[in-house]
Formats: sequence, C-alpha cells, structure tokens
Amino acid sequence: MQRFCTYLMIMVVLAVLSLTPALAQSDDAGVLNVYSSRHYGEMEAPFVAFTEATGIDVRVSAGSPQDLLGRLRADIQRGNRSIADVFLAIDAGVLSLAAEEGLLMPIESEVLNANVDESFRDPEGRWFGLSVRTRTAVYNPANVTEEELAQLNDYSDLANPTWQGRLCMRPASHIYTISLFSSLLYHLGEEEAAAVTQGIVSNVTRYINSDTSLIQAVAAGECDLTLVNHYYMGRLANGSPEDQAVFNSVAIRWMNQDSNGVFFNVNGAGIVKDAANYDNAVKFLEYMSAVENQCGSSTCFPGSNYELPTNPEAELNETVISFGEFVLDLDYPLWEYGAYQQAAVTMLEDAGFGFTEN
Amino acid sequence: MNITQLMHSRARIVPSLPTASFSVKAGFWRWQRLLPLLLVLALLLPLGVLLLYALQFDLERWTHMWNTFLPRALGNTLTLIVGVGVGTGLLGTGFAWLLTAYEFPGRAWFDRLMLLPLAIPGFIMGFVYVTIFEYAGPVQTALRGWFGWQRGDYWFPNIASPAGLILVLTLVLFPYVYMLARTAFREQLASSIEAARVMGYNRLHTFFRLVLPLAYPQIAAGIILAMLEAMTDYGTVSYFSYPTLSERIVVLWNTEFDPGTATQLALLMMVVALCLITLARRVRGHARFYQHGGQGRHMSRQALRGWARTGAVLACLTLFGASFVLPVSQLLLWAVGELQKPTVGILGESIITYSTNSVVLAGISALIVVFLSLLIVYGLRATAVHRNRGNRRLARMVTLGYAMPGAVVAAGVLVVVNPIDAAVTDFATAFLGWVSPAYLLTGTVIALIYAYVVRFMAVGFNSTDASLEKISPSMEGAARTMGAGTWRILRQIHAPLVSTGLATGVILVFVDVMKELPATLLLRPFGMDTLALRTYFLSVEGWHRSAAIPALMILIIGLIPVFILMRVGDNPIGKHRHTPE
Repeated sequence: MQRFCTYLMIMVVLAVLSLTPALAQSDDAGVLNVYSSRHYGEMEAPFVAFTEATGIDVRVSAGSPQDLLGRLRADIQRGNRSIADVFLAIDAGVLSLAAEEGLLMPIESEVLNANVDESFRDPEGRWFGLSVRTRTAVYNPANVTEEELAQLNDYSDLANPTWQGRLCMRPASHIYTISLFSSLLYHLGEEEAAAVTQGIVSNVTRYINSDTSLIQAVAAGECDLTLVNHYYMGRLANGSPEDQAVFNSVAIRWMNQDSNGVFFNVNGAGIVKDAANYDNAVKFLEYMSAVENQCGSSTCFPGSNYELPTNPEAELNETVISFGEFVLDLDYPLWEYGAYQQAAVTMLEDAGFGFTEN
Repeated sequence: MNITQLMHSRARIVPSLPTASFSVKAGFWRWQRLLPLLLVLALLLPLGVLLLYALQFDLERWTHMWNTFLPRALGNTLTLIVGVGVGTGLLGTGFAWLLTAYEFPGRAWFDRLMLLPLAIPGFIMGFVYVTIFEYAGPVQTALRGWFGWQRGDYWFPNIASPAGLILVLTLVLFPYVYMLARTAFREQLASSIEAARVMGYNRLHTFFRLVLPLAYPQIAAGIILAMLEAMTDYGTVSYFSYPTLSERIVVLWNTEFDPGTATQLALLMMVVALCLITLARRVRGHARFYQHGGQGRHMSRQALRGWARTGAVLACLTLFGASFVLPVSQLLLWAVGELQKPTVGILGESIITYSTNSVVLAGISALIVVFLSLLIVYGLRATAVHRNRGNRRLARMVTLGYAMPGAVVAAGVLVVVNPIDAAVTDFATAFLGWVSPAYLLTGTVIALIYAYVVRFMAVGFNSTDASLEKISPSMEGAARTMGAGTWRILRQIHAPLVSTGLATGVILVFVDVMKELPATLLLRPFGMDTLALRTYFLSVEGWHRSAAIPALMILIIGLIPVFILMRVGDNPIGKHRHTPE
C-alpha cells in the first residue's frame, strides 16, 4: 500500500508537469497549429525550414484526413473555433467536404492565386493544393507479357479476367482507394463503374493496407499488378539497397494516357474557420506554394516526397522525371471529388471490395 | 466421498454470511452510496449519449449493410473472437498449469517471461509477423531462393489470413489468461489437491476434476478479456485488411460520416460482448468459492523427467520465442538499420516527447481507473455485502466500455464534453486567469484521459473487485465483532489483501493505454502524439525500420510495469494469509 502511494505521488507530479505545457498554450504570434494527414515521419523538413525562415513555430497533429475532418467538425459545429489554424489533407475530396461544410474560410491572397495553378485549387479559394500525387499501376515485368501490357491502358482494364488472382489492392477503407474509384464513377457512370469494380474485386488476390507493401508484393511476385501512389516508387528508388532492388524489379504503367489522363490527388491546405493565427496560416500557405519551396529537392514541399509541384513555375523532381512523361486527368475537377466519394464507398461496399474469400 | 463432494464441501467451508446489518451513522452510509453511483453514471454517460445516435434508425442503410458487408463482418468478428478465445484459453491455461504444477529446468524463468508479450501491441506483432512470413518476406524469399520455387510451386502457411491474424492476437493476448490462471492455480491449497490425490486421482485427473473447476472464474475472466480485446481491436485487423465489426464501425464513422449507423453497429457488438460475458457467468453459476484463511500451503511441484522434461522446456521455448524473442529481435534489427541512417535527427528528437506523452497518459489513466474502481467497489461492499444486486449490476456496467471500440468511446466522450467545454473554459478564464485558444477539456489531455478511463475501467474494476471478492465476508464480520471500525478494517485487513490486485489493475491499464490507438487518434490535443500512434503511422506507410524505434520504446516502457507485475505475482495475493512453514 505504501509503495502504491509512492507511485501515486510520482504520477500526480508527472501529471501536473504534463499539463503545464498544455495550459501554457497562448495566443503567441509565433505559433501555427496544423491538422495534418501528411505524417511521413522524417519528411517534415519543409516545416522545419518554414520555422527557420519565419520564426513561426509549427505544431502538427497528425491523423488520417477523415479523422481530422471529424475532429474539425467536432471542434467547429458546436459553434466555437477549432484550435487548428491549418487543415492539411492528402485528399481533395476531404478538403472540398470541409469547405462545403463551412469548416474552412476563403483565403484572400494574390500571392497564393498566382502561385497555385487553377486546376489544383478550390475555385472559391478555400483550399490550395501544395503538391500533386498520381495513383497508377505498378507491375512486375517478369510476370506480365507484352500482350497483357498492351491491354493494360485504363483503370477499367484491371477488371480484365487476365488478372484473376494476380491483383493486389489497397482496401476500400483507405481514402486512396475511395478517391480513385470515385473517378471511375465520374468517367464511366454508375452502371459501368459498378461492373468494373465487380471485375476488379474478383481479380484481387490480396488486400494490403500499405502502398509500400503492395509494391514489395509485386516485386516478390506474390501478385503481378497493383495500384499505388507514384511517390512510393520514388521513395524506393532512393532508399536502401533492398528498396532499390524492389524498385528495379517492378515498372510503372501510366494509366488512362489515351483517355482522360492518370488519376491524381493533391496534398492541399485550407485555413480553418476563425483561425486564431490566420496571418501565420496565410504565410504558411504562401511559403509552401512559393516557387523556391515547390522545387523537386528534398527541402521543398513536393520534392521531399517525390510529388509534383502545384506551382507551374517550379521544377520537377529528378526521380519523377525518370518515371517518364504522363498526362494528368484534369477532366475530373478536384473540387468534385467530395461529391462522388460517398457514392464510391457504396459502390465498393456493394462489390464486396476489401473482403477476401477464404 | 468423491471429488465433486469434496469440491462442494470446500465451497461450504466458509458459508456465505447472512448479511449482517451493522449500524453506523446514516449520513456516512448515504455519502458512500451516492458517490459510487455518481461515478458510475459519469462513466456510463459517454456510452449512454450514444443511444441518442442509435435512435436515428435508417432501415434502408441497414438493409444495404445486410446485403453487402454486414454478414461477413459479423462472421469475421465471430471467427476472430472464437479463435482467439480458444487459442488464448489453451495456451494460457495449459502453460499456467505446466508452470505451476511441474518442475523442470528454467521453470522459474519461463514463469516470469510468459508475461512479457503483454507489452507488445497487437498491430506491432502483426506487422512484424506479416513482414517476416508474407510472400515477399525474408523467409519465403529465402525458401524460393534455395529451392528455385516459383509462385504456386510450394505451400506455405498464409500469414495474411484469418488464421494468421488469430495467431498474432493469440500471441499477444494469451498472457491475460496465463496470468489469471496462474494466480488461481497458486491460490489453490495443497491440502485439497493432496486430498484428491490421496483418493487416487493422478495429476491430470486432479487438474480436470478439481483444479480447473475451482479456477474456472479466473480463467473465464481471462479468456473474456482476451476475446473483448480481439473484438474491439482496430490496428491489427486493419493492418491485416480483415474487416470486422470494429473495423467497420471506424470506417462508417470516419469514412462514411455515418455516426448513427456506426453507433448502432457498436451496440450490436456490445450485445455480442454481453452474450459472451453472460455465457461465461452462466457456466460458472452462482457458486462462489472463498479461500479460507489459515495454514494453507502451495501445492508442491512434480519434477518432470526424461522426454516430458525436454518437451516442457521446448514448449516453453517455442511459445516465448514466438511471442517475444522473434518480434523483439526483428524490431531490434530494423532499429539498428534505422539508426545507421543519417536522417534520424527529427525522429530521434521527437521520440523522447512521444515517450513522455505515452507514459504520462498511461500513468494518469491507470491511477484514476484503479482509484475510481476502489471507490465504487468499496461503496458497494459497504452498503450491502451481497444483498443489493441492483447496485452491483449497475456497477458492473462500468465495464461496458471495454466492449466498445476505442473510436466509439472517444466519440461518446466528445458528445458529452463538447457542450460543456466552452463553459468550463470560460470559467477557467474568468476565475483562474488562464487565457488560451485551447479548450480546457478537448484542448488538453482531460477529454482523452476521460475516454481512456471509460474504455479501460473494466480492467481496473475487475482486478479490484476480484481481489476484494476473495476476502471472505467472515473476515470483515470477525473484525467488526471485535469492534473494528470501517477505516481500521480498510487499513488493516483490506489494504494489505487488495494491494496486489490494485497494483495489477494499475499495471494492466497502464499497458493497455500505452497500446491504445483509435481513441488517442480522435482526442489527443496538439503535440500529444504517442508512441503507439507514431508506430502505427510509420508502419502503415510501410516504413518498418522507422516504426521499429517507437515500437521498441513501447516495449521497453511497457516491460517495466510488466516486470513489476512479475514481482507482484511472485508474492501472490495470499502472502498475508498463507503463513510460510
């Protein structure tokens, strides 16, 4: 009992100590609170650079885009303001939902409008894309024949029975999958998209909840084909010798190149309604979208993750250039993603996407 | 006299006391009755408000779910909990008996080591196992290299399967059963076991006819604990892409923005949980066995010889190797690789912060849980020993949070806390002069700790309740007849007897909070990322080497209390009762 009391005392002291920094939060001009679904560990270098350049301390709370949207809702819908100043999401659908629900405020900034290409930002200026990622096919050249490859042009070709038992996919619970399938809905219409989804489901041999593991599975030959965000290939290409070996045994196939272009998404940011540090938030967005911080090197926002810049002036990352030329799907506007995602979820559910039969 | 009679006679050794009515000042009683009830209500509130959501029943949505994923998600959940129940039950009980009743080289060591997997979160065990044993993993790659196999040429157990998932969860959850079974076995007195053996029962018979029935409540409690953990697990099942009810709830909530249906699904899951618990209690019946005080001895261990000895050692080595040595060595390998990289800077600095956050959150929650459990359990005990079943049932309801996924508990906490948060914050500003953009409850760890307490109350409550239940009412009665007051009974009789149970409760909650994901994800304030979150984010990105560092930190920190638990276990609850010979 005595020892128990000792532990109790220690913990109480620790508790008080831990609450102190939380309570010491203040309206300090030098702070920026970011809800970020970009949680790539060491790749927060651009944030550090921003702090060094401006003296503004960036504090990040990470989570999946949907988690953070849920939190933003809980913060704001009770009629108060959120502690977050910036909402940084890796999905345009989630950004547009947040904007439609009034969780983000329009940003008045000529600098931003000039920096970010029109295709990559909300027409009403409530969020701005800061980097672009595509989601395309990766296959194993050792296991895929020339003829099969020639038949692999559109996302809908993944439903081809040739790929029966040879396809690995990310589960439907992940936003990457949902957004990609929303583009099928947009382009093909409900009926055809559902048929394609059904076909893809019957081809999937394994659902893996990690893009890196998907590529590794293809490289090892567990499956022959998958869809991943292109920057995962970039990471492998620049990784350890084992990573490079994985990279070298697979190949990228740019999808929809003869139709509407490869599906892409943005890593974008908006300013949260009534943000306490609005000015800092604007500075943050302007800084991240500026041409010198949109470069392809590891110190820049897109470059640090092998993504594409949204600033048309900026240069591409070397690794991405080595992946070959490709056309982006600009027909499906980013700000429409949110409207199609819900239907995509239902479609994926109907098809039993994510359930392996065994 | 046969062995069943022996059992019954043991049960009768200490007759349940007719509830003695002790007259104490009425005011004191009222306070003692009211406080636990208020606490219970406060703990049930976040779950209760969810019923409001559940009222918005959308038949069309349910029809759609029933026609699409619901049957399979339900099937997956049942497969998982039955598999984990059987797995943990067999491993936990079997090894507890092996290590309690027999003597072989290394026994004392294994006895302690079996608790270590408790410190490993399921999703970490999951990603280690999958990464090692999947098709692209080192084992299968090496096999293909050696034998020149191609895909389809050979059979290898599929780790990314329901069976693999059950294996992984069994390996992290069996210590719950082991721990409780071990305590139960140890508490059984040598005299009754010897009596059974005198009557010609061998050890195996004694085990099945006497020891197992006596230990049943604790073993069942352990298995239920493991099954509930498996049922509410999110991290591991989502890593395995194995959609269970719990995974669907999170998806419905976060991806489909449908809290109503998500809550209804959570209620469905709670029904499954209640069925489980009721089933276990039914089997147990109303029998209550009290340990009688006095000159008890532990049973003596039988030394194993020959192949039995080798077998026992090998079995222990295999289990400990699979549940601890293998995952930890793999994590160490990854961590070493990661530390050699030049870019560890940012990660390295933050690791201290993450660790502090984890420890503080887990420590505070654990102490609150046990403190509240104590208040509630004592309140109940003081008002009426076993008379007021209504109160008891109500109190048991605080354990419901354990049957809910963390995300649902967190959402309930938000519903409760949000409306008062602004008011509380204004109050703080007005009277304490604290000005901040952060809300006092959701902007700090308070809401998160509230969620942890609701979620893990069962763990602390059961430890506290169980340790008190074992104190026979006659002890209290005897003390009272000798004129001891409530406080004196608490201090001189209860405190020494329950301190082990309390310590166990603190440690278990601590370890649980260290491993928690979904509630932390939803409720943590800015800058309160924990080790578990960091590990999860990195492992989902496929960065196993980076994930290994926070994962190892969880282990190292989690092992400290588990080591304490081992020492606690070495001085079993009976320390003060069983006088050494």
